[in-house]
Amino acid sequence: MRAIAVVLAVATGLLVLIGYFIPTLAPIQSMILNWAIILSGAAALVGVFNLIWVHWGKISRREKGSLYSAILLICLIATLIFGMLLGPDDSNMRLLVNSIIVPVEATLMALLAVTLVYASIRLLRRRANLMSVVFLATALLLLIASATLPFGEIGPLNNFVRPWFQHAWALGGARGILIGVALGTLMTGLRVLFGADRPYGGK
Amino acid sequence: MNLIGLGLVGFSALLLLLFSIAKRKSPVKLRAIPALTRLYRAFGLSVEDGTRLFIALGRESLITPNAGAPLSGLGMLRHLTERTSLSDRPPIAAAGEASLALLAQDTLEAGYQAAGAGEYYQPTTGRLTGMTPFSFAAGAMPILRDESVSASVLIGHFGVEAALLADAAERENAFLVGASDDLSSQAALYASAPEALIGEELFATSAYLGATQSHTASLTVQDILRWLIILALLAGAALKLLGMI
Repeated sequence: MRAIAVVLAVATGLLVLIGYFIPTLAPIQSMILNWAIILSGAAALVGVFNLIWVHWGKISRREKGSLYSAILLICLIATLIFGMLLGPDDSNMRLLVNSIIVPVEATLMALLAVTLVYASIRLLRRRANLMSVVFLATALLLLIASATLPFGEIGPLNNFVRPWFQHAWALGGARGILIGVALGTLMTGLRVLFGADRPYGGK
Repeated sequence: MNLIGLGLVGFSALLLLLFSIAKRKSPVKLRAIPALTRLYRAFGLSVEDGTRLFIALGRESLITPNAGAPLSGLGMLRHLTERTSLSDRPPIAAAGEASLALLAQDTLEAGYQAAGAGEYYQPTTGRLTGMTPFSFAAGAMPILRDESVSASVLIGHFGVEAALLADAAERENAFLVGASDDLSSQAALYASAPEALIGEELFATSAYLGATQSHTASLTVQDILRWLIILALLAGAALKLLGMI
């Protein structure tokens, strides 16, 4: 049974990969990707049940933080019922999203800004080396160059130093990292295609 | 253009096969990555003192071009599960995408079975914590706080929200290694995580934690391809300088 799963996975992966390069195979590739999208949709339902199961377990065992689990489950069920009754395009449903989910995510984003500033301050204590100094100095320099200062912008910083850092150093470094990531992605994909890595279970 | 792409994939596949066969006879030699050495020690300690290991796999679907990072994360999850499945507190994996969460559960189960402890597997150890970047982070942070986590790994596709998880781990004095294929996340993790993997180091984790021939061969092929790209870039720059292109 496991061998069949491996053969199916490898064959499907190969078909999708070759579909990118040989146009005659593109319709088959498109069909397989559509199946994958449908499966992902079904997986979302399973994932929601997993979420309910995990938090219901926490509530029933009266674990630490079970109150938050109860709030989560009540909100989840209420949103599901309202969503099914009213539909996702209803103005009340949109109000629910815009007045709860969007502000909560924006709050987390604001919290993130504080977290990053605090982490940057502590960076030199955690990892006192040349790269940390370069990292912090670059971040500070670019912030000062981009910020609107009370006495106006600092000409050479904004007109010369910032573009030079952004377009020469940062862009070059980013491309180097992305090439490394692309090569890593390619090799990981090939290992999965050869069946050496099996993220779909099996010993 | 399509033929160049196909040629590159074919050439890489051929090199991977050749080196996988050749590496069977030669001993594995890898340069030291301090973050992974410390992680290895941290998860050994977590088994000894009965605390938990937490692995966050990010929020990327496997049907996108960024699927390499979560696949690498699943590989690491498999190695770590095999080694820590007999701990008093089993490892927990969290994902921000439903199909990735299912695969995490499957990988955890396979890890338990490979360690001969299939009966100890609990499906709730593979979790979907949220389906947007911040809901994923908000759902994963209580795991670090409430479930006796002493070592954690963020490996996959994250955004800057990874810094919130790093901060939550630090508050609980949990060791953390962060690895993402996203540039902004790498910068955030460099500033906020005790250990951060940069660039392609993310894809080397499986080779370091449980090196098989194919893993070490893939690192060799990556090095060869990187040198070829460097040579091509230098040649292109020289030709441009000479006005030939």
